[in-house]
Amino acid sequence: MTALRDRYRRRAPGEPRAIGYLYVLPALALYGVFLLYPFGQSVWLSLLHWDGLTRATWAGFGNYADLFTDPSLRAPFVHALVLLLFYAALPVAIGLLLAAVMSRIRVKGMTFFRTVLFLPQVLAMVVVGVAWRSILAPDGLLNDTLKAVGLGSLTRAWLGDYDWALPAVGAVGTWVETGLCMVLFLAGTQRIPRELYEAARIDGAGAIREFFSVTLPGLRAETAVALTLTIVAGLRNFDLIYITTSGGPGNSTSVPAYEVYHRAFETNQVGSAAAVGVALTVLIFALTVTVSRLVEGRRS
Amino acid sequence: MISRTERGATYAILTLFAVISLTPVIGILSTAFGRQGALGTGFSLPEGGLHWGNFADAWTRGHFATYLSNSLLVTLVVVVVTAVLAILAGYAFGVMSFPGSTVLFYLFVIGLTLPQEALVVPLYFDLRYVELTDTYWALILPQIAQSLAFGVFWLRAYFRGSARSVIEAARLDGASTWTTLWWILVPMGRPAITTMIVITFMWTWNEFLMALVMISNESLRTVPLGLAFFQGQHTAETSLLAAASVLIALPVVVVYVALQRRFIEGILTGAVKE
Repeated sequence: MTALRDRYRRRAPGEPRAIGYLYVLPALALYGVFLLYPFGQSVWLSLLHWDGLTRATWAGFGNYADLFTDPSLRAPFVHALVLLLFYAALPVAIGLLLAAVMSRIRVKGMTFFRTVLFLPQVLAMVVVGVAWRSILAPDGLLNDTLKAVGLGSLTRAWLGDYDWALPAVGAVGTWVETGLCMVLFLAGTQRIPRELYEAARIDGAGAIREFFSVTLPGLRAETAVALTLTIVAGLRNFDLIYITTSGGPGNSTSVPAYEVYHRAFETNQVGSAAAVGVALTVLIFALTVTVSRLVEGRRS
Repeated sequence: MISRTERGATYAILTLFAVISLTPVIGILSTAFGRQGALGTGFSLPEGGLHWGNFADAWTRGHFATYLSNSLLVTLVVVVVTAVLAILAGYAFGVMSFPGSTVLFYLFVIGLTLPQEALVVPLYFDLRYVELTDTYWALILPQIAQSLAFGVFWLRAYFRGSARSVIEAARLDGASTWTTLWWILVPMGRPAITTMIVITFMWTWNEFLMALVMISNESLRTVPLGLAFFQGQHTAETSLLAAASVLIALPVVVVYVALQRRFIEGILTGAVKE
């Protein structure tokens, strides 16, 4: 009995167990070699001027300074922030508004709607790009529709237009992310206690008061998740740009994710490419931390 | 309490957004089954019935048979290796404690938000240096590493929540940590593990940037890479392009429809971290 108790105590869960290292080791080895180490190298490369072939020279923070001074490097970051309106702000706003309208109803056939609304999330971005390229083409569905309803004067080559290419790519992002937000918020509203709505009604709250005092606070956690997911997806957005516009026309749709590829593998500015990659990482971390602080109101 | 109009409005909104979600998908489908060289942009029933020939053409002329088998091989290896390694590590992080375990776990969590763009440049030069670019390894190894971040994070949560009493009972019966894991916890954790597997499957199958950078040999292209090049070369052949798109999307969509709960759960929880 004592032996059993000893053994039990010695091997109880949560006790220090050196064998844990063995279980973690294989994953950590691969993860270290193919993720942590390359990230460290990216930071190192970003401090160099290197064309990928000849000897690299020390650049210090020169590549980072360029991000602020060189217009061709500043533009991609500005574009990325504009795209966040389409990728994150708009889908979350639409999702919240619709959730407010639908919050008081137990939806029948929810599985069907959820499956369909969420569908864009599982399609390869390459496929999404191909589909939307044909819709936005000069003879595509969008222009055909505009002509059919008598708005023929608005038609244009959406992805080839200096002013319209960025919003057009953004609209594709809105299409991808809105369903995700709706699914999240619908699930969230179904968890808000009905009594809160009834109490608000009894207090004579109108639809708008009800939204701000019941629905919105009830969806805090969901809003944080939605913003985090859409911001990260929006900033990582390489495939869609590559397929639809390749950053063009000119560099009017260039984004940091695309600029990393373009500089490293097309124009041999490896150090600069690495700096853009690291800066993008910093931006993603900063924005996701800000979101969880602001929206979830997490202390420290 | 709830008025008729409100109910009607709810369903109208849901239906409208469902239609918006589906429009591009239906466009691709109708183009894929349309007549080759047809100038319409789809959205009408294809003339003269469904043209399955586009798929045969994409399969042979577009080399999608090769691309699909490449994708299948890469995805299978990545999913299996990631699953095994993530189960082992998630188990250790979830039920054992050892010095440094918290720090090590946070190293994995960092990978959830680290963008590929911050890795791909040095990875390319490293793998070229050891002559692994233009091999399956260049696709497999980095993608295992990237999937492990989610896998370890996700499975640690499962093992943490798994019943302490079960683990203790197994231990009292003399089961080793290894036996407890594979004979008790893994079979019990099938839902959590399935979620991890379908998410890794989707990410790997849809992966584009790594393939674009690492692969220049045409016979090693994966399906997304194949589609990108196909688009570049055959811009005018919209029905072939659409058929190829359907071939790429279909495997993921089929698994998604069958296991949509797992997909949604996995995608949404990727963001929930401390």
